[in-house]
Amino acid sequence: MTPFNVVAAAILAVGIPITFIRFTQGLASATNLSDRTPWGFWIGFDVMSGVALAAGGYVTASAVYLFGMKKFHGVVRPAILTGFLGYFLVVVGLCYDLGRPWRLPYPMVVSFGVTSVLFLVGWHVALYLTTQFVEFSPAIFEWLGWKEVRRVASMLTVGATVFGVILSTLHQSALGALFLLAPAKVHPLWYSPYIPIFFFVSSIIAGLSMVIFESSLSHRVFADQIDPEHAGEHDEITLGLAKGAAVVLYGYFAFKVIGIAHGNDWNLLNTGYGHWFLAEILGFILLPCILFTTAVRQQNATLARWTALLTVVGIVLNRLNVSVIAFNWQLPAEERYFPSWMEIAVSVFIVTVGLLTFRWIVERMPVLWEHPDFKDVQ
Amino acid sequence: MDTLHEFMKHTKSVEYLLAIAFLVGFIFFWRLLTANEDR
Amino acid sequence: MSISRRDFLRGAATTGVVSLCGSNALASETHTGNPDRYGVLVDLSLCSGCRTCEAACYEENKNRDTNRRTDNEHEGNLPPPRVPFDDLSVTATRRRPSGGVYTVVNRYQAQGATGQDRNVYRKLQCFHCDEPACASACFVSALTKTKEGAVVYNPNVCVGCRYCMTACPFSIPGYEYDNPLTPRVKKCTFCYHRTSVGRPPACVEACPYGVMTFGKRSDLVRFANEKILAHPERYVHQIYGENEVGGTAWMYLSPVAFDQVGFRTDLGTTPYPELTRGFLSIVPPVLVLWGPALMGVYAFTQRKEKLAEREKRDAVGTAVASAVAAAEQKAAKQFEAAMKKADKERELAVKKAVEETKKATAEQEAK
Repeated sequence: MTPFNVVAAAILAVGIPITFIRFTQGLASATNLSDRTPWGFWIGFDVMSGVALAAGGYVTASAVYLFGMKKFHGVVRPAILTGFLGYFLVVVGLCYDLGRPWRLPYPMVVSFGVTSVLFLVGWHVALYLTTQFVEFSPAIFEWLGWKEVRRVASMLTVGATVFGVILSTLHQSALGALFLLAPAKVHPLWYSPYIPIFFFVSSIIAGLSMVIFESSLSHRVFADQIDPEHAGEHDEITLGLAKGAAVVLYGYFAFKVIGIAHGNDWNLLNTGYGHWFLAEILGFILLPCILFTTAVRQQNATLARWTALLTVVGIVLNRLNVSVIAFNWQLPAEERYFPSWMEIAVSVFIVTVGLLTFRWIVERMPVLWEHPDFKDVQ
Repeated sequence: MDTLHEFMKHTKSVEYLLAIAFLVGFIFFWRLLTANEDR
Repeated sequence: MSISRRDFLRGAATTGVVSLCGSNALASETHTGNPDRYGVLVDLSLCSGCRTCEAACYEENKNRDTNRRTDNEHEGNLPPPRVPFDDLSVTATRRRPSGGVYTVVNRYQAQGATGQDRNVYRKLQCFHCDEPACASACFVSALTKTKEGAVVYNPNVCVGCRYCMTACPFSIPGYEYDNPLTPRVKKCTFCYHRTSVGRPPACVEACPYGVMTFGKRSDLVRFANEKILAHPERYVHQIYGENEVGGTAWMYLSPVAFDQVGFRTDLGTTPYPELTRGFLSIVPPVLVLWGPALMGVYAFTQRKEKLAEREKRDAVGTAVASAVAAAEQKAAKQFEAAMKKADKERELAVKKAVEETKKATAEQEAK
């Protein structure tokens, strides 16, 4: 009975009854959602942040399989697994939020709203889940010992990777584009015609940071599982990812500043929301850029790991800002939304289920180590 | 801040200036980042 | 190794399918259109906040769930009011349409043209925009703008994502949050069961003071302008909804500034669907370009690896060859040295043998 297991059990003990309440009594029984604020924590955290943080799959896979950066080979499988589980949990979280979750397949088979950005998101997430599954499936087949099927699945890797990048480009940016329809509700410092670019670029940063973060955790928690060869390269991989993250953070920061210029919002920087915006771009974009750069220059993998955590928090903060905090910013304080404890509990519950699933898979399938019968993992 | 705002309103090319500034800055940033690599 | 045929076909097929969906997005111009579409003009200078329209709306719709496909007789469409409709004090509160209420009339304390305080009452309901944000946002087309002007909702396909509520600039649609199994988006239906056959909505018919006028939208704009011309001191010289967010079916005339009676005046005139058209138009190019671009990167990487492989092999070959040569040279040298050594030893041995023979011979002679 490890401490983690005790805490996880407690979280499950709270999450399961809340799930029951939400589905038998309706959204009002478990959330603080309202007519003015139809989207809350479940959308802002489980869906928006979840999809961004699951981007490590396509980023790492394209680095290794398309750009030939073989040195990251050891983290591809865990990254794809994180990506697949991440998206799967996004769908789970979404099912809590939807009024009629059993109708989730409707935009795919029943009625098509082709003018809607959400239509794009729905299709892409469904296709992307499938793609990530295909990319991960060789690990499953190695575990099952199905050599022929595994060979076939492996041949699909490059195609699936390309497809994954196409899908990710579109749906990561589309999640931001959703808010283009709310210019009167999203604070001008966050509202910009560039939102889709912001979301896409920050998803790359989120992906890289999550891979650093996840591999650091795995190396500590699953130290006995990891190939000694991988264990040795861990710092090198971390710093390589940090270098990529530093570059993209630089670009993202530049874009954000240009975005302010585009909207001519300089005078807004000296308001309450302006200070909050500055906190986001200086503390969670510029600062991580500086820290990652320092870590790479000094070959300090530990600094890189802590910076990755800071960056991940920053991405979540950004998604929450656009969808919940800077959304409806003009409403008086008493009408503003704040999540109920049950909404937060459900999100913690979903993340915990994700961690438990990750652990179950990693302890059985060749994710952190190479299966002796399949030494050519490609 | 307000005078800055006034100034910015009349500088239509601010976005382009910023973009070029950041691009030039990137050169220095890249050198900073890769300083300790054996080339 | 280049892309396998299977991968190529898979990529091309899916690209094709999703491209078609993407180009549909560009092609669909569903909203502005019918020049004969209806509207309602609301003259706030006449409204006294009697709430008769609210009561009429409730009576008309409490058992009726009008949707685009069928007129469902649906009991319990609207819950009974929490406060009776003849209680006029609630107009002082900031009520809004909700999951159980299609329309409300609220009282605003405003400043008249000559500076005096006056009460102005405002009826609020769905504006039935010409280019509705909600219809554009809905990913299952549950909301549609009919040719008669009403924006109607189809609960038979709604998934309950509530993006329509996020998108509406007026924040009108409500949701049945306490309904676990059949929650619906709720908003004014423009009494579509009536307006689709040319009859005015229940609220318009019931109003005792003629606050609302039902007719062709184009006629109403003209009518409103005539009113302003005839009594310029009675109205602010603007028809709210004529151009806001691209024009709405429900329009207003007001004796005081619109922002004093709860209207947002910062919504602009751009129809909301325009706001995402730019993004949606990049979908086909990305689908078409990203694939070849990434495959190009892959091919380039493969070639680079192949060249690196060949160089390595060449380097190994050269290294092996020179190693062999060096080894041969070394062996030859050693052989030579060994031969020399053998010769020397033989010489020594011969010398030694000769000396011993000499010695032996000398010893024998001495005896």
